[in-house]
Order: sequence, then structure tokens, then C-alpha cells
Amino acid sequence: MNNPTIRNWLGFSTLALMLASLFMIFDYVPPDAEMGIAQLIFYFHVPLAWVAFASFGLVAIAGIFYLWLGDQLWDDLGYAAAETGMVFCTLMIVAGSIWAKPIWGTWWTWDSRLTMTFILWLMYGGYLMLRASADDTPEVARFAAVIGIVAALDVPIVIASVRLWRTIHPAVLVTKQGSHGLEDPRMIWTLLVSLTAFTVLWAWFLMLRFSQLRTRSRMRRLATRIALATAAASDPN
Amino acid sequence: MEHLGYLFAAYSIIFAVIFLYVMFIWRRQAALDAELRTLEARMAALGEQPAAGGPPQPQSET
Repeated sequence: MNNPTIRNWLGFSTLALMLASLFMIFDYVPPDAEMGIAQLIFYFHVPLAWVAFASFGLVAIAGIFYLWLGDQLWDDLGYAAAETGMVFCTLMIVAGSIWAKPIWGTWWTWDSRLTMTFILWLMYGGYLMLRASADDTPEVARFAAVIGIVAALDVPIVIASVRLWRTIHPAVLVTKQGSHGLEDPRMIWTLLVSLTAFTVLWAWFLMLRFSQLRTRSRMRRLATRIALATAAASDPN
Repeated sequence: MEHLGYLFAAYSIIFAVIFLYVMFIWRRQAALDAELRTLEARMAALGEQPAAGGPPQPQSET
């Protein structure tokens, strides 16, 4: 994951796909007949949710492997995934809130999906606060791995919440009536391009942060060795 | 064009935060580069330091 060529390629691909996505959203796809142009927020809101959930799933997988193998690599991967997931989860909530105001008449409501998403956001916020405030010790890494795994259990609950409880949040892809609500093929194509753009953006961010955290881990080990060597060299005995 | 303000606000915030996160990653990289230079300087100083208790022995990484 530390190949600079792949990272650069992902960066340029992100730019191209984002431009294509914006063109399709604002010039190609027809707005929803009932919601009007506010519905165009959907084409970023859903991909943001997808990459946020994928990130948190990766945190859980990395946490399991860290607890199993104890390799620092998995801890760094989990940290990078939690951070990028938090960025996208925050944006997903903000975009959803802005979309809700003209459609539902409120910025926020304690609907089941929104509440479970907020709980998810709080748990990963706690994960990142722990990482930011505590030392990088194996104990903290193990504790963070457990939090990451437990918090990820909320992801399927968020996804299923529109079926489990009464909610005003629409089921985006498949409704209870079996319809996905995207009858025009242009809507599906635009959503697919946006999903691809955000997936590539997520991969790019993840690689950049993972690479930095790997470098930081190596430098901290090296700093410890230098400190030991300095102490040994200055010790007259 | 009803609700255009909401649409503009949503997309503006999304791209602003993405831009800020790119800036954050860029600054983290600059901090890592600075930390690396400090480590290189410490290693160079260690190499030039006269040994008080004999030359520093190479240590195996654990």
C-alpha cells in the first residue's frame, strides 16, 4: 500500500472521477420530480455513507488481525481507516442534515437511522480521541482495536434500521415495496460514477494516512534505538 | 431553482472538508519530514561522538 506510483494514480483518478461525477450531477441527471434539485445531494450523500461504512468495517477487520497477530501494521491500518471513516461519516451526516431541512422541514430528527448513525459517529469519535490522547503503547492499541470492533457492529444496524424500526429515512436502494426509487437509468449511472469517485478518493486517503502512520511507527522505533545507543555511548561504566 | 442554497451549501461543505483533510495530510507529511531530519541529525551526532565506554554496539531490532 506504500507504492507512490499507485498513490499518484489514485490522486489523479480521484480528480477525474470527481469532475465526471459533478458534470453528471449538475448537467446529466434529471432532478427528482417531488424533491427538486435538493435531491441532487443524494449523489454525494450515499457514496459518503458507503465509504464511511467501508472504513469502519476495515477498522474492525484490522482490529481482529491486530488482536490475533499483534503486528503494528494492523494497528496502523485500523487507525488510518478510523480517521478517514470519521471524515466521511461527518460529511455524510452534514450532507444528510442539509438535505433534510428543505424536505423534512428540520435539520435533524431522532429517527432510528439518524440516531444509530450518530451513535456510530460518537463511538469512532471516542476511538480517535483515545488514539490522540494516549501514548502509542500495545495496551492502548489493543483497547482501540476492541472499540473499533464493537463500534463496527453498529454499521449493519444502521443499514437495517429502516426495516427494523419505523423511520422517515428512505431506504435508498431497495424499498419495502421492492422498488429502488431510481427509475431513470441516468440516476443509476450517476450514482455509480459518484460511488466509484468516492471509493477511489477513500482508497487514496487511506493509502496516504496508512503510509504516514507506518513511517511514524518506524521512526519511533528508530528514535528509541538512538536514545538507547546515546545512553550507552555516554555511560562511562 | 428552489432549494438551490441548500444544494450549494452541501457541495461546498463537502469539498471544503475534503480540501482541509488534504491539507491536514500534507501538514502531517511535513511534520514527519521534520522529525526524520531530527533523527538523522541525532544519528550523525551519535556517529561523531567520542565513545566514553567503548563504541556503541549495533542493536538487533526486536
